[in-house]
Amino acid sequence: MAHEHIVKAFDRELKELESDIIRMGHLAADELESALIALRKRNAELAEETIIKDREVDQLQHQIEERAIQLIARRQPLANDLRAVVAALRIANELERIGDLSKNIARRVITLAQEKPPKPLKKGLKRMGKLVLAQVRGALEAYEKKDAALALQVWREDEDVDEAYSSMFRELLTYMMEDPRLIGLCTHLLFGARNLERIGDHVTNVCESVYYVVTGERIEERRPKGDATSRILPSYHPDDDEEDEEDAASGKPSATPRSAAGGGDEKPDAS
Amino acid sequence: MNNGEQTDMRTTDAAQARQEGGGACSETGGDCKFITRNVNVFYGEKQAIFDVSLDIPDRAVMALIGPSGCGKSTYLRCLNRMNDLIDICRVEGTFLLDGEDIYNGDIDPVLLRARVGMVFQKPNPFPKSIFENVAYGPRIHGLAKDRTELEEIVETSLRKAALWDEVKDRLHAPGTGLSGGQQQRLCIARAIATRPEVILMDEPASALDPIATARIEELIDELKENYCIVIVTHSMQQAARVSDRTAFFHLGKLIEEGPTEQIFTAPKEQQTQDYITGRYG
Repeated sequence: MAHEHIVKAFDRELKELESDIIRMGHLAADELESALIALRKRNAELAEETIIKDREVDQLQHQIEERAIQLIARRQPLANDLRAVVAALRIANELERIGDLSKNIARRVITLAQEKPPKPLKKGLKRMGKLVLAQVRGALEAYEKKDAALALQVWREDEDVDEAYSSMFRELLTYMMEDPRLIGLCTHLLFGARNLERIGDHVTNVCESVYYVVTGERIEERRPKGDATSRILPSYHPDDDEEDEEDAASGKPSATPRSAAGGGDEKPDAS
Repeated sequence: MNNGEQTDMRTTDAAQARQEGGGACSETGGDCKFITRNVNVFYGEKQAIFDVSLDIPDRAVMALIGPSGCGKSTYLRCLNRMNDLIDICRVEGTFLLDGEDIYNGDIDPVLLRARVGMVFQKPNPFPKSIFENVAYGPRIHGLAKDRTELEEIVETSLRKAALWDEVKDRLHAPGTGLSGGQQQRLCIARAIATRPEVILMDEPASALDPIATARIEELIDELKENYCIVIVTHSMQQAARVSDRTAFFHLGKLIEEGPTEQIFTAPKEQQTQDYITGRYG
């Protein structure tokens, strides 16, 4: 935005919209961060605080939406102004979702506070959390600095998040199969990981909007699909007995899982 | 330079323009109505347009936008040789209408203006009846062989201009007695009556209220099915609403031309962006 509007109020309103987005972004990122700390330390109190924080994020979304609607109604923005307003609406939505998913993680912390997850699992989740938080902050930086190259970089890095999620998924399956007593805990952690992965996807949407605001173009590349979990099924060796197959088909838990889908094996049938 | 040489040069330029032309038009998927190349216009010593080359597609709306004095109206008036009427005005460059050089000596400007009609900012009906306003053009150009045919042309033109229902019971009342919006539609009916191929509109709705403006815009939308329309407007929103392509002029130069959806969402030139978003250039 090299030049100023002749109507100064227009500049002011756009600026306010932008700073609301930045504020909302930092709030959502902080919310995620404290959800992750609460998860790591199994701190239910911090988790409660995190859940309350989400209200502020929601309120800001409404405020941004109202500002954007007013801008459209009263200024009829065009070109880069129009892109800025449309992007603000979209980004506010994404940030609101990021806040919601963080809240969801915090909720699980309260449930899990008394549980003791195996160390390697905690490590994996911690690593993934760190990665996703950095992605959120990176996208916000790209928005603040109007940096299309950074937006594109963060967008591409979502692949790492997806990979981290796939490996968490495999790991959790292994634990569950090894020790059914861990199924409850692992399912919650799996949802936690899933929430983080979803946050990563919302980050890519933010990046796409930033890229569009700055360049006026859409990111043309196709995002590499790193999340392979939809194709992962723990290897399962049904007995030759036909009855068993029928049981499996009708959804009865008669199958006996053996080895987990470890390594890079994504085939549904590993026999 | 004698006249013969000048004509030769014209012919060569025109041939070249014919070969090059059509880029912008093929994008809209239609034919090119006008191909204009290296247009320079002078008012006495003062140059008003600098080396403008622009293709105008048929059956589409081309909007010319830009600040006052940018040359958009001057350019528009070149398209039906209205600038011929200004003594000190000199027009250079190539203007091909369906491949035919309209500044060629053989072209009769009066006939050209029947093919390339014009609607002005201020409605300017003749001080005659509604009927006579519309009948005037067809009559002088001999487009109707009898009264019945003339009446048909008047009715069709008024219908196309979306005015018929409002005036059919008072065709012999003076045109000047209509409201501003109706007068403008009467002028459009008058322009259509000579069965033009192109309609030039210079700020056709700037003196009208929003309802009358919407009627004109609806009319433009309908007319573009059959005509090539070139509109000069100061309203960004209007250009965005009615046009298929937009050309931005600044200080006599064509800064940018492109599909309207691109110009208003992601213009390529900073100057275009500054102008349409209301910033200091």
